[in-house]
Amino acid sequence: MIVQIEEKDNVVLIQVKEERLDAHNSGELKNQMLNLFEEGKNNLVVNLVDVRFVDSSGLGSLVSGFKNASARNGSLKLCGLQPQVKSMFELTRLHRVFEIFPDSEEALASFE
Amino acid sequence: MTDKLEVDIKVPNQTRYLGLIGKIGEDIARTLKRFKGDREELAYHINLVLTEAISNAIRHANDDDPDKEIHISIYIKDQKLHIRVYDQGEGFDITRLPSPELKYLDEHGRGVYIIRSLMDEVTYKRLKDGHVLEMIKSLH
Repeated sequence: MIVQIEEKDNVVLIQVKEERLDAHNSGELKNQMLNLFEEGKNNLVVNLVDVRFVDSSGLGSLVSGFKNASARNGSLKLCGLQPQVKSMFELTRLHRVFEIFPDSEEALASFE
Repeated sequence: MTDKLEVDIKVPNQTRYLGLIGKIGEDIARTLKRFKGDREELAYHINLVLTEAISNAIRHANDDDPDKEIHISIYIKDQKLHIRVYDQGEGFDITRLPSPELKYLDEHGRGVYIIRSLMDEVTYKRLKDGHVLEMIKSLH
C-alpha cells in the first residue's frame, strides 16, 4: 500500500496512491490511520483520486477511520472520488455518512 | 454464430491474486459482442463481484489457509454470464445479510449485499469437498 501523508495545520491529508483499494491492501490503510489517531491526529482527509476500484473491505477501512475520528472528536473526510468509486458509496448508502469533496483543497478548507 | 466462452482459473488462497482475477473478469465483460448495455459499467461490476466472492472464499470459507486453492469458472450460456467461485472450506453463512443500515456503520458485511445488488441470481451450495458460489448475470 502506497500512501502519501502530509500535515496541513491541524489536518492530515492521506493520498492513497493505489489503483485498487481492496481486501489485499485495505488493512494497511486502516493501520496507517490508527497510527495517526494514536499520535493524536484526529482530523483526516483521504484523497482517493488515484483509486479506480474499491471493494467492501476498502469501504470498511474508511468506515473504521470515520468511527475512530468521530470517537476522538475529530473527523474523516473524503475527496477525489472517481465515478465508479462514488457509485460504490451510493450503493452502500455510505455517501450519506461521509463528507465528500471534489478535491483536497476544498476538503482541507472545510476545516478552517 | 455462438459466443462460446469458458475460462477456468485456479489460484492460491491469497488476496494478492484479487487484482489479477478482477482484471480477467473486466476483460471478459469487454469481449461480450452481443451485450447492448453499458459495457464499462458491466466490466466494473464483474471485477467487483469476483473480488467480493473470492475475498469471502479466501477469508471465511478457506479460513485464510494459504495452502488451499480458489477455483473460478466463468462461462456464457443462453445469453447469461455465469461466474462460479469454488472454495475448499466449511463454507460461510450467506444468509447473514445485513442491509447497509447507516446506524450500525459496520466495517464488515457489505460484500454479499453488493453481489446480490449487482447480479441477477446468486446461490451458494455445498459440494463433496467444499462449496460453490454461483453468480449469474443476464446479458439481454
